[in-house]
Amino acid sequence: MDWSALTLSLRLGALTILILLPLGVIVGRLLAFRQFRGKGFAQAVLALPLVLPPTVLGYYLLVAFGGSSPLGEGWQALVGHSLVFSFEGLLLASVIVNVPFAFQPMQRGFEAIPPDVREAAACSGLPPWRVFWMIDLPLAWPGIVTGLILAFAHTLGEFGVVLMVGGSIPGETKTIAIAIYDRVQAFDNHAAGVMSATLLLLSFAALGVTYILSSRIGRRHG
Amino acid sequence: MAERDMHKRGGLHVRLWQAGPIPLAVEFSCEQGELLALIGLSGSGKTTTLRSIAGLYHPRDGQVRCNGTVWLDTKRGLDLPPHRRPVGFVFQSYALFPHMTALGNVVAALGHLPADERLERARDLLTLVHLKGFEQRRPAALSGGQQQRVAVARALAREPAVLLLDEPFSAVDRPTRRKLHRELAELRQSVRIPIVLVTHDVDEAAALADRLCVIDHGETLQTGRPAELLAAPANRRVAVALDLPDAERS
Repeated sequence: MDWSALTLSLRLGALTILILLPLGVIVGRLLAFRQFRGKGFAQAVLALPLVLPPTVLGYYLLVAFGGSSPLGEGWQALVGHSLVFSFEGLLLASVIVNVPFAFQPMQRGFEAIPPDVREAAACSGLPPWRVFWMIDLPLAWPGIVTGLILAFAHTLGEFGVVLMVGGSIPGETKTIAIAIYDRVQAFDNHAAGVMSATLLLLSFAALGVTYILSSRIGRRHG
Repeated sequence: MAERDMHKRGGLHVRLWQAGPIPLAVEFSCEQGELLALIGLSGSGKTTTLRSIAGLYHPRDGQVRCNGTVWLDTKRGLDLPPHRRPVGFVFQSYALFPHMTALGNVVAALGHLPADERLERARDLLTLVHLKGFEQRRPAALSGGQQQRVAVARALAREPAVLLLDEPFSAVDRPTRRKLHRELAELRQSVRIPIVLVTHDVDEAAALADRLCVIDHGETLQTGRPAELLAAPANRRVAVALDLPDAERS
């Protein structure tokens, strides 16, 4: 078992969902409750990582983060090292890749709130921030937690984008998915099996919790 | 009473107009302590009118005033958001907060009171609507009639200047409806504010309201005491809206 790779994957997953939580709540709520021009286009852009092959997405992120891109140049000037093949670059890529996994369940969670319940809250004298705090968040939380779990589990298993943007630097960008690949290449089937089983269990647990929470959304308003 | 005099005495004054998408040509007033039933067929604009008063719908042109305070004046660009209009709104579906208990639903609407007074006031309101002992139940564990009572208690919690009831009796059986009618009559003894009741049930409107305001295709056609309107509808549209027996023949 490559503990360093597992720790790095868990850290990457935790930081990814920490960043996606506020973003997902803001964007998911906006998409659920507001109608605006270009909403369909915005939703299509946000869903793109779901359908793009990871290598294609990884390639574009590699170009966007590279030293000759404005982002890569700016990062190099600011921090002193390149964004590609660094943990920060991997984290940024992980956030982008996981946008649809986190945002879509959160959006569905907010959409499941009956409009008249939110209107009743406003008519009860609750200003918008209290409606958000007292009504939206408690009623949408199964969707929010589902989004976070899916993003976390997907981060643990992501391979193509990690390899393209991060490479395989131990302790920096070598995640457990990459470590499994390395072990197989080295004919170390035992280590690969242990790590695969660990990922399998984590993914199964994540999906189990997700399905339980999804059924809660259905029951709440059933 | 002349509209001009009513303006001086306070109460609710509503004037709404727009050509579409939902046509509106609404004008009525409701005095302190009066129950005005807004009556019309399905799709006649009753609920839209009620929502406009609450600030949940924004008509193109109009004015809503209550006790001298302007809530909506499109000419002046004034349109207070719902949480700043002191209305008590009972929704047709009751729209209770499903994750809160009956007590929690009422407490949520008591934000204007100091925190240490809210629980006691919420209990008093639930007692007022005959729900003592049901404080800790969630909406899903309450009957339709009990949910309606929680909705009324919540609507009264913020000490509204006007009470808006959107077909509040449509989802309960007839015996419960009769009971709730009696309770509304009782409630009016202790709450002296304008009450606007939206209904398509003429018998219900006639039994509960001081005055009826007939609305059809978004246009208020005639306002008056139930007996007067039922005896002398101004025209055929009013007679149809009131479902009078001769309306179809005339």
